[in-house]
Amino acid sequence: MAGSSIGRSPRKQDIGMRNASLALGLAALALACASQRTAQTAGHPPGVAQSAGVADARLAESRELLPEQQIQQVLNRLAFGARPGDVERLRQLGVDRWIALQLSPEKIDDRSMDEIVARYATLNASSAELVESFRAVQEARRRQAASMRADGDTITRREALRAAAQDDPALLDRARRAQRILPDVQSAKLARAVASERQLQEVMVDFWSNHFSVFAGKGQTRLFLASYDRDVIRPRAMGKFRDLLGAVAKSPAMLFYLDNWQSAADSLHPTLARTRRGFAGPLARRARGLNENYARELMELHTLGVDGGYTQKDVMEVARALTGWTLNQREGSFVFRPEMHDAAEKVVLGHRLSAGRGEEDGEAVLDIVSRHPSTARYITTKLVRRFVSDSAPPALVDRCAARFRSTEGDIRETVRCVVTSPEFFSRSAYRAKVKTPFEVVASALRALNAAPDPTPRTAQVVGRLGQPIFGRQTPDGWPDRADAWMNTGAILNRINFGLMLAGGRVPGVSLSTWPNAAQLRDATRATQVDGVIASLLGGEVSSDTRSILMSGENPLIGNGAATDSSAASMLVPPPDDDMMLDRPLRRPAPDLGRPVALRGLAQVVGLALGSPEFQRR
Amino acid sequence: MNRRVFMKSGALALVTVGLNPSFLRRSVFGSELLRGAARHGNRRGKVLICLFQRGAADALNVVVPHGEAAYYRMRPTIAIPRPSASGPSAIDLDGFFGLHPSLSPFKELWDRGLLAPVHAVGSPSSTRSHFDAQDYMESGTPDDKSTRSGWLNRYLATRGTCEACQGAPASQAGAKSSSGADSLFHAISMTPQTPRILEGPSPVIAMNSLEEFSIRTNGSQAERLEALYRTGSADVVHAAGGEMFEAIKILRAANPQQYVPQNGADYPRSPFGQHLRQIAQLIKADVGLEIAFADVGGWDTHVNQGGVTGQLSARLDDFSKSIAALVRDLGDRMADVVILTMSEFGRTARQNGNGGTDHGHATSLFVIGGDVHGKRVFGRWPGLETEQLNEGRDLALTTDFRAVFAEVVGKHLSAQRLDAIFPGFDGQRAQWLGLL
Repeated sequence: MAGSSIGRSPRKQDIGMRNASLALGLAALALACASQRTAQTAGHPPGVAQSAGVADARLAESRELLPEQQIQQVLNRLAFGARPGDVERLRQLGVDRWIALQLSPEKIDDRSMDEIVARYATLNASSAELVESFRAVQEARRRQAASMRADGDTITRREALRAAAQDDPALLDRARRAQRILPDVQSAKLARAVASERQLQEVMVDFWSNHFSVFAGKGQTRLFLASYDRDVIRPRAMGKFRDLLGAVAKSPAMLFYLDNWQSAADSLHPTLARTRRGFAGPLARRARGLNENYARELMELHTLGVDGGYTQKDVMEVARALTGWTLNQREGSFVFRPEMHDAAEKVVLGHRLSAGRGEEDGEAVLDIVSRHPSTARYITTKLVRRFVSDSAPPALVDRCAARFRSTEGDIRETVRCVVTSPEFFSRSAYRAKVKTPFEVVASALRALNAAPDPTPRTAQVVGRLGQPIFGRQTPDGWPDRADAWMNTGAILNRINFGLMLAGGRVPGVSLSTWPNAAQLRDATRATQVDGVIASLLGGEVSSDTRSILMSGENPLIGNGAATDSSAASMLVPPPDDDMMLDRPLRRPAPDLGRPVALRGLAQVVGLALGSPEFQRR
Repeated sequence: MNRRVFMKSGALALVTVGLNPSFLRRSVFGSELLRGAARHGNRRGKVLICLFQRGAADALNVVVPHGEAAYYRMRPTIAIPRPSASGPSAIDLDGFFGLHPSLSPFKELWDRGLLAPVHAVGSPSSTRSHFDAQDYMESGTPDDKSTRSGWLNRYLATRGTCEACQGAPASQAGAKSSSGADSLFHAISMTPQTPRILEGPSPVIAMNSLEEFSIRTNGSQAERLEALYRTGSADVVHAAGGEMFEAIKILRAANPQQYVPQNGADYPRSPFGQHLRQIAQLIKADVGLEIAFADVGGWDTHVNQGGVTGQLSARLDDFSKSIAALVRDLGDRMADVVILTMSEFGRTARQNGNGGTDHGHATSLFVIGGDVHGKRVFGRWPGLETEQLNEGRDLALTTDFRAVFAEVVGKHLSAQRLDAIFPGFDGQRAQWLGLL
């Protein structure tokens, strides 16, 4: 529907696109110099706004959205919503320059964010270090339990750890460290979405983390999450798709989560090296044959898509080609083991991989699937759904899938194609997306100018709203469609989150962090409502919504419920689990605490955050 | 896809009713209307409660094979003693099997014929990973990781869609088709997020507690929030919001604060006990509940699991007191209720060096309900001599868990599409045990 409303021939659009990228290229160049000049301030250079030239105007012609709507659209799709001042900055800089700048995150100064992230102890630790900590704790606990058992004591695992720590005080620190990985990763992800200047980069990291979804609750996966985010996804989020795919395929997180580390040549096929030596560890001995899990998801979810034109035979052949791509358990790193590798010939999607090869079989498979036309289409469709609308206009998918192919899977150029398109700036795409829980929380915190919460508590609220970070059990990632997020329980929790936020119960944010509050606090209700609509709801709401926000407080209610400052809330951190990693992640039920009574400006904010309009972006 | 659209539009139809202002003012009537719809879809008002013991419960110390000499040889310090009047020991069931003494609340259910233990049951998959095994038990497709939905949701999504029903008289077909959206509360999970077993196209409400299922502010502001969702267009956001406020009203009518369990039922104050209490509340409130789910952890007893007392004993105490309270509270309504317990696998037949047990294979489960052919232990017993064990270490499997689950949804809930609920399970009816 959105595609047909554009009504231009593909040829004309191609020309339009070429002009656009030329203009953007120039803008980016100008900004590269400008941002160097103003690197200290972390803000955007104000001086370059005037040179927003003729090219921009020509681009804007093909756009249905008004200039102010374009700003909203860009902040809602390429960023996690607007912070106070963002609209003004975009107005000065121009929408197209801002997009061009965001597409080159390396040119954006983000040092203040780096400082925040540096505070997380586990984020900078190597996987080897974290694996070593984990093992040391497990072993000490086991030894202690056995020796106490010999003395006739009966103790739990937790008590065993405590007892062992009396001999080795550093043990508790190591236990805490291994346990902090997931909370740190979750907290840092939200902090970056809230405060990073490189917003599009964060959106793309979120996109790829979900595309290549792993589940923290499966066994040791969580030990590898810090590295997965830092070393695998983040550096390649705007790079070449093939590089990203390869890094994921070799990442301990994915190798563990989708079982490829256990996959070995079955008894019908010769291995490249017949058991040069038994591989170490009790876990490695479990590897008993071919495991198709990763091979299937590689094609179904990561590249070609479920109808992408592969067969069950292809799944098996890909699995065989990837045998021996496994884990060095002690280092927490990728290793190729010839003794597990199926050395016979394979045929993958019509390509022959000759017998007797090793690690390069897997590389060849990744080349084949990443170049497959179905992959260009599948990845582009997901990008268009993310940035434009659930229905992913087919004409736009066609154009940008062609861009994906012609640039050999260049993610940056494909995204550029999507987010500078007329479809992106079309009326049918405006506010057409329903926010995911992560987007609800991030955008609310941004709107109120929140400081990032260094504790995991706010990030756990995202889980409470139904989208725990790295908590998707199945490998398909969280859905990116409105109907998946709009259901009875979900909307209730969103509304309650808005009330808590307005009531000052979320760490790092209250109305006092919001610069507009100072002026609005003592203003008339009408002024308050207009101010809140402008900064939280993108400036436009229906007349019904406005009149409901306007309706004053009921004088009969409000005396009963005192203004709340209760510490008991749904944000109470869960007690430590005892590091039994081989079980799904079960967070104990957080308590919502007493109801929040809101008055004045806080009430308008609470209503706005709970409104249907705020659920959209 | 079509099914999903159909169900969504069904839900929208309800909301359209909800948009009528006079309907809004009379919320009590509103909930009556919804109850009527619920009764229409599921005329018999059957309810299935699934309870997952996460962590792999030690089946051999839950339903104790006290007639097996090998059992006592393999578990020198943790075995449950043979039934005896002289001290804590297994509660005898049939001369061969007994219950762990902490399951004493189950004895009454057994005597009343409501309790059917099933032994040597579980997943044919050889995995010893909690994650994989729970995944398989919840997806209903052992060793197939490509299944995205859970089997309970597939039951909900395929109700009333059997091919044989298509040619049925219009009135009957109408009644069937309304079942897709019969009640906002047709499926409830007492968990913070929707569990794997209920993932899928049919809508499910996951909640920590009934008390939390409310707008956390004062009345006037809650009213304004509701108005925000009532005045908009009929898009997906407003529709979901409208449904949500309807659901809150229904729950308010059920009056969770004032609930008093009946027949002297005394629920433990544990999270599990409180979750079962709230499931009973929903059943008795007639909100159209058909599927309820709760889970309970703490079963992964690698170290010092204890015997008649200790860790496992404490877990079983909470487990059985909670379930017995639920049965007592529901009273005569148990005629329409089946409780199905499950755990991802059993544990090693031999105790380990730490006074615990490690990950095993077959397990045991309980089927409890008025329709259940109780007072009998189901499943073929494979024995515990070394050559009878799975891989020389675990209780061998003689019943596929799908045979039990399929029989329960097939007979108790009259599910027609067992082929869609448990795809790839060839046994189907031939393997049913006659539990119901």
